[in-house]
Amino acid sequence: MLSSAIRAPPHAGLWRHPLIQRHAPVVVVVLALIAIWYVATVLANASLVRDAFEREETKYSTLDLIARTLDAERPLVVAPHQMLAAFADSVFGYPITSPRSLAYHGWVTLSATAVGFVIGALFGIMLAVLIVHQRALEKSLLPWIICSQMVPILAVAPIVIVVLGALGMQGLLPKSIISAYLCFFPVTIGMVKGLTSPDPIQRDLMRTWSATAAQVLWKLRWPSSVPFLFASLKVAVTISLIGAIVGELPTGAQAGIGARLLAGSYYGQTVQIWAALFTAALLAVFLISVIGVAERLVLRQMGAKP
Amino acid sequence: MTARAQPARSRSVALLAFGLIAVVVGCIVTLFWLREPAVEGAAGIGFWALTLALWFVAAVVVTRLAAFEPRGRVWRRLQDLAIPLLFGAFVLYLWEVAVRGFGAPPVLMPSPSATAARFAGSLPVLAEDFVQTFIRGVLPGCAIGCGAGFLVAVSAHRFTFLGRGLLPLGNFASALPIVGIAPIMVMWFGFDWPSKAAVVAVVTFFPMLVNTLAGLAAPGAIERDLMRSYGATPAQTLIKLSLPAAMPYIFNALKINSTLALIGAIVAEFFGTPTRGIGFRISIEVARMSLDMVWAEIALAALAGMAFYGAIALAERAVTFWHPSYRG
Amino acid sequence: MRMDVSLVSDKVQSSARAAPVVDARGVSLKFQTDDGEIEALANVNLAVAAGEFVSFIGPSGCGKTTLLRVIADLEQPTDGTLMVNGVPPHEARLKRQYGYVFQAPALYPWRTVERNVTLPLEVMGVAKDERRRRAREQLELVNLAGFARKFPWQLSGGMQQRVSIARALSFDPALLLMDEPFGALDEIVRDHLNEQLLRLWDKTGKTVLFVTHSLPEAVFLSTRIVVMSPRPGRVVDVISCEFPRDRTLEIRETPEFLKIAQRVRAGLRAGYSDVE
Repeated sequence: MLSSAIRAPPHAGLWRHPLIQRHAPVVVVVLALIAIWYVATVLANASLVRDAFEREETKYSTLDLIARTLDAERPLVVAPHQMLAAFADSVFGYPITSPRSLAYHGWVTLSATAVGFVIGALFGIMLAVLIVHQRALEKSLLPWIICSQMVPILAVAPIVIVVLGALGMQGLLPKSIISAYLCFFPVTIGMVKGLTSPDPIQRDLMRTWSATAAQVLWKLRWPSSVPFLFASLKVAVTISLIGAIVGELPTGAQAGIGARLLAGSYYGQTVQIWAALFTAALLAVFLISVIGVAERLVLRQMGAKP
Repeated sequence: MTARAQPARSRSVALLAFGLIAVVVGCIVTLFWLREPAVEGAAGIGFWALTLALWFVAAVVVTRLAAFEPRGRVWRRLQDLAIPLLFGAFVLYLWEVAVRGFGAPPVLMPSPSATAARFAGSLPVLAEDFVQTFIRGVLPGCAIGCGAGFLVAVSAHRFTFLGRGLLPLGNFASALPIVGIAPIMVMWFGFDWPSKAAVVAVVTFFPMLVNTLAGLAAPGAIERDLMRSYGATPAQTLIKLSLPAAMPYIFNALKINSTLALIGAIVAEFFGTPTRGIGFRISIEVARMSLDMVWAEIALAALAGMAFYGAIALAERAVTFWHPSYRG
Repeated sequence: MRMDVSLVSDKVQSSARAAPVVDARGVSLKFQTDDGEIEALANVNLAVAAGEFVSFIGPSGCGKTTLLRVIADLEQPTDGTLMVNGVPPHEARLKRQYGYVFQAPALYPWRTVERNVTLPLEVMGVAKDERRRRAREQLELVNLAGFARKFPWQLSGGMQQRVSIARALSFDPALLLMDEPFGALDEIVRDHLNEQLLRLWDKTGKTVLFVTHSLPEAVFLSTRIVVMSPRPGRVVDVISCEFPRDRTLEIRETPEFLKIAQRVRAGLRAGYSDVE
């Protein structure tokens, strides 16, 4: 640590500014990846475009070839600007309630994700509190919850959708149930870890004050578990999103990101698929940022270092 | 332990054993009772009263068993295994009784016994699906994804600028619903297993990258200074210090990836696949409402997942035997 | 090149000038932090002859560890010249001319004790049989002969530190750099290890540079004590000790010992008054 500090020349200059130091690598790598993406687009679509030109029997230069690969109709690889254009068009080009609007589909998936996430997280926290206080639950239930991490529980999604559909429940509720079911496992495990994280010394101190279990929970265990809670909430919300998307696949739902992916896949609408994926990525980023902001607010309330 | 506590202890052991036997006998009795045509599908009050009583006794037995403090390591291990197994077995029993006692339509909710029967009867199909999804989808995809993640992490460790740029991106990408790229992979690699392996490769790449990077950076300043004082080359430092120290992190990523890979392969098959595969079978059988087959496939997936995870955990124990978590 | 340490101090100085193992002239080290420039070392002059046992003592943050690290080429000075065995520290490191012992044993938990001792030999490309032979030799020297197949976590803190010393000696460097090696151990173990280190030094004739916080340790072990001031690290005093080489811990109660200890303490206090 000392060595690197010494090797810095005294006249450091702009390059040593901490803001640049922190963000430059990410920016450079992102730009490099975008450049690679463009090159990949050209290379991947080249033969397709060349065939198209030959079919139309038009003369073309290399520049024409490149230009067309970046703007092909059914490309193998969609160029970044193409995807962004399709995305912007889908989001802003149609009214928000139209089934052709990506904003509508995004909203459908987002609502299912959010509802499922809230239910699953609350249930997971409650169960974690119970497990920590009831030894019987800890020994009988917790091993199964841990086991669930080794098992592809997402495979249950189609059953849930179909059975609930047969019982008359469609749309938001079955998807939320899948999302809730998926995200309750990481939240439970994370919260159990968090609630049992305080030092034995701290717990002994509570005993010397004859604190009740509820007091210990509220004053010691719960605050100690906050970092674990937010870490597992971030994992849970991403799983929730995947659950909602997958929930739209089995019965060929008409609305939602998953539905758009499926439709694009059936009709060979490549650009539509990429635009839907971009929307899904945006949703994931949005959800995680919300939790990140909540985390920062809570931690600041608790006096943590900024 | 006082002299008076001794008889109390052996008394509680006797009570526990008695309770356990009572529950087992009661369960067997109710299961046989269910076979009578008058009871199946329309069980009466007597039946349900017995079942509820059994439930209560079982709960008490499990609770008492959990509170019991066995002496000796072997008994403690046995207790840790027995309680969840007893709990799980009773849940299965309740499920069976509820489905058959209430007469739930088998298309909506098959009983565990029906599922087990279907499992036993469909072994060839299950084997075929297992080979398609696991052997042809998960294994190559995991190998490629983890291998690539490992290599990129080693390069990023060597060239710190690259590492500082890739780590935040890797964390970011881990949060994205990557299974969504399945339709694109199908477009690039066709309907068969290569596209599923491609999805698995991308899904497993990022956790491996992030964890390996963290592991390679784990050795402290003292260990690294020591290597410098020996005049070690970067390659020597990598092989003798960074890699062994990174093993716990790498195995952590492998365990995470074992589940992610299986999920990725199955979900990728939901998007379309030739006539084989766990995901394919699930979506087809679900549409045909033969849910017992769906549950059988899910059981297969669960078994595959646990075996995969278990194999990695065993390898982890062999390689990282020195880690403090094994010395507890 | 072994020197008979019973020579008087000024003779030691002159022979040091003849062929010093460490020759530091005007060594300074400044570095930039968020709070401005920090001067860790200021104009340090030092000549260490072969076979000496030189202790560096001073308050925390006085630069004694930094000085050791500069000699080991783990840091670079911003001013002054430094020669180790007649070559710059960078070359001395690449030629593996010194062994370093840290405050923590820093053994690799996935290697047995024997394989930890052979680690530097593996890096330096020594053949397998030769490695094992040397490892066994060094482990005997530090009285851990039976522990070759054990793992570090199966050993106590003091034993682990002894393994660390065996590792530093395994490739037979002329110079041994030790940075508060016994600081984390309790006093009884520490006394025991001090005696062992003394026997080791007597037997092998290495040159030892030893950083410590502990006054009695410095006076007990050294042929010379370098007292350093608080930051910026400056040499306040250099005190020669001429105790017999076969000394035991009882020597700590003799008047000669106490006189030298007083001188060291005076030097430490003088260093502080420069600041206040």
